[in-house]
Amino acid sequence: MEIPYIVDERPDTGLTNVKLGIWLFLASEVMLFGALISTYILLRINAVEWPAGADILSTPIGTFNTVVLIASSITMVFCYAALKQDDLSGYKRYMGITIGLSVLFLAVKSYEYLDKFSHGDYPSVSTYFAIYFTMTGLHALHIIGGVVVNGYFLGPGSALWHTNKQQFINRIEAAGLYWHFVDLVWIFLFPVLYLT
Amino acid sequence: MSEDVQAHVKLYKKIGAALMVLTVVTVLVSFIPAGVALGVVIALIIATVKGSLVATYFMHLVGERKTIYFTLLLTAFIFLVLIFIPLLGHTNTYGRKMIVPNSDAAVAADHGEAAH
Repeated sequence: MEIPYIVDERPDTGLTNVKLGIWLFLASEVMLFGALISTYILLRINAVEWPAGADILSTPIGTFNTVVLIASSITMVFCYAALKQDDLSGYKRYMGITIGLSVLFLAVKSYEYLDKFSHGDYPSVSTYFAIYFTMTGLHALHIIGGVVVNGYFLGPGSALWHTNKQQFINRIEAAGLYWHFVDLVWIFLFPVLYLT
Repeated sequence: MSEDVQAHVKLYKKIGAALMVLTVVTVLVSFIPAGVALGVVIALIIATVKGSLVATYFMHLVGERKTIYFTLLLTAFIFLVLIFIPLLGHTNTYGRKMIVPNSDAAVAADHGEAAH
């Protein structure tokens, strides 16, 4: 028996399974990052002194990473648009660029982390570094997860295009929603950690 | 249908450009000397505008179904509860110095006390 509403929308909600599923998952992710943001607010308010982000972290590097991630979000939505126009090669091109930009983001983040470690700035050193490494580390883990998923959809996963186009489009839309969420989190993390 | 997608692609490009401009604005505004509290508020307002653009257009929320809106409204409400419960439960400790246990700062404080 086939699972219903994978491609057809439910008549009562107007949604496919994947769309409701991914939004519920993103709602849980909001709770996850929300808890950390709540922690950050509490720690910062309760601290007698808190360093200015610009004194500890490099604003140009953070800005560059923000631009890279926003660009990857744009190319991700172009992937979806390409598939809707029946353009598989366009989709593969944009997905490749998205993954490339994500890896670039991770490379720059690794450089930042290693630079901090080489100066003895570990999460144990201060509350600032503890929350900085936790929040950006969890975000980086989400990017790694996204790279794995996007890589699958660029590689073996794209075979679904030839058997069930609409289902594949739905999957890419879901992957895109996740990726935009990861970008959204960074849009909030960047000014809060780097600029204030 | 294809023209519809083309129109969407044009929109995505415009939104993408707007996001890049707002990123530059965020960085430039951070150089204005306004104190921490005001700086955070302004930074978060710009971040919220950027986030709304991503959510509304890239995540297609502009044409989404009621169920999704309801899910997100519930999420937003519970998120605010999540943020404010710890905050409001700790008003008596605002400004009190707190050191993370076993951190370098804690060790230094112990040595400082031991020396005295």
